[in-house]
Amino acid sequence: MIRFERVFKRYPNGREALRDVSLQIDAGEFVFLTGRSGAGKSSILKLISLLERPTRGTVIVNGQDTGTLPTRAIPAFRRRLGIVFQDHQLLMDRPVYDNVALPLVVSDTSFRDIDKRVRAALDQVGLLQRERALPTELSIGEQQRVGIARAVVARPTIVIADEPTGNLDHGLARDVMQLFKRFSEVGVTVIIATHDLALVQEFGQREIHIDDGQVIA
Amino acid sequence: MRAVGIYFARHAQALLAAFGRILRRPLASMFTILVIGIALSFPATLWLLVKNVERVTGGIAEAVDITVYLKPEVRLESAEKLASALKLRSTISDVTLISSEQGLAEFRELSGFGAALDALQQNPLPHVLVIRPTADNLTPEYVESLERDLAGFPEADIVQADTRWVRRLQAILQLLEQVFIAIAVLLGVGVLAVIGNVTRLEIGARRAEIEVTKLVGGSNAFVRRPFLYEGLLFGALGGLVALAITQAMIAALDAPSAELARLYGSNFRLVGLPLEEALRLQGAGALLGLLGAWMGAARQLSRIEARS
Repeated sequence: MIRFERVFKRYPNGREALRDVSLQIDAGEFVFLTGRSGAGKSSILKLISLLERPTRGTVIVNGQDTGTLPTRAIPAFRRRLGIVFQDHQLLMDRPVYDNVALPLVVSDTSFRDIDKRVRAALDQVGLLQRERALPTELSIGEQQRVGIARAVVARPTIVIADEPTGNLDHGLARDVMQLFKRFSEVGVTVIIATHDLALVQEFGQREIHIDDGQVIA
Repeated sequence: MRAVGIYFARHAQALLAAFGRILRRPLASMFTILVIGIALSFPATLWLLVKNVERVTGGIAEAVDITVYLKPEVRLESAEKLASALKLRSTISDVTLISSEQGLAEFRELSGFGAALDALQQNPLPHVLVIRPTADNLTPEYVESLERDLAGFPEADIVQADTRWVRRLQAILQLLEQVFIAIAVLLGVGVLAVIGNVTRLEIGARRAEIEVTKLVGGSNAFVRRPFLYEGLLFGALGGLVALAITQAMIAALDAPSAELARLYGSNFRLVGLPLEEALRLQGAGALLGLLGAWMGAARQLSRIEARS
């Protein structure tokens, strides 16, 4: 469960990204965060993943008040999240397998479990045959699917994605959303920031609309 | 137990990966290792120099022998009794009695004044005791106190022990040891700086990878680990180079120093680093490497955060 209570976020450059935001996302929900660029969608995701801390207010993720979480506890906190970005953030000099295995490697998982889970994750996103390929040898859509496999390989309770379909055509975007939907169906909380309203309408899930740093609906 | 196994497996993996990265950029790695090796070889060579000089002067026992010239009226039996009594002291390793007859015979043989000595009606030389303190008591302080003690004996006429040069030599050796410490500290700091800088540059080159690793939950300790192993390997390999340099120097200086020693009637040979000291040098290199990498990584990694 994720809860924002009267959250404000002001960046060092003075930009006020969020103003008095309160919202709740229950466990296992599939939620779209919508709004134009700069509305505050990414700031919400950054606060959830502790890439940023709120200027004011309370953010609770998985029952943990992130404001009171010490810096040294952030890595363990992040291991319970899966994060997907528009630009994939893959290690371009490492094969697909190593990229997907990274969240398991940092959490000291055994080699056998890593192998089992990485193959399962790659199978889910349809890339099992490309495990030895470098990201540069993959299409944009395939790279995004590697990013998704990496996000879910450690079986997180929450998956957040920031414009995951931003670089994809409609067909590929639809496939990627289907993947997220499948994760949601097995109890993972999925939060996707997007400005692709057609996709949002097509999937018919809950939508939180942000405008000028405030929740509109 | 399984977690411990995984932990060590991860460390082994980080160590192998660090070794692989060193091998992947052979020229840069070689220069780094060479710089560390040369830096470590200076104090190691100076230490060897001090130890070899100490070995050369290890035979100073003869030089600090105390010679007691007994009074002319002291009879041989009394001199023998005195020699036996002194031998019983735990601080004295040896007492040699040179009787006046032995002394005269020796003088006759060495001086070439045989005929002149024949003209003497009686032996003018006294009995002499040559006293050597035990190895533990070869300090100038003890030798001087023994000298005062012996001078108080009623049989003693003149007591001689020249400890000034021993004191000077000890002062020189102490000075060399201080110089060794100062050079070791300075070059140790140099090694820390070299490895710290290599680590800093390496972290800069792998910034994107570090950001992603932190994003998926990699802790600072996890991110730091490969850099620490790299520093450790650089230091240990630098230690090996330093060992090779010092041993090569000893090998090169061995023949000339042996020849010099031979001219002084000595069979002295230079010795290289014994195994224990060689291991210490290796350990010091590895430790400096680890510490340098830690210092380089700590600041740099704290500035890199996961980003979206």
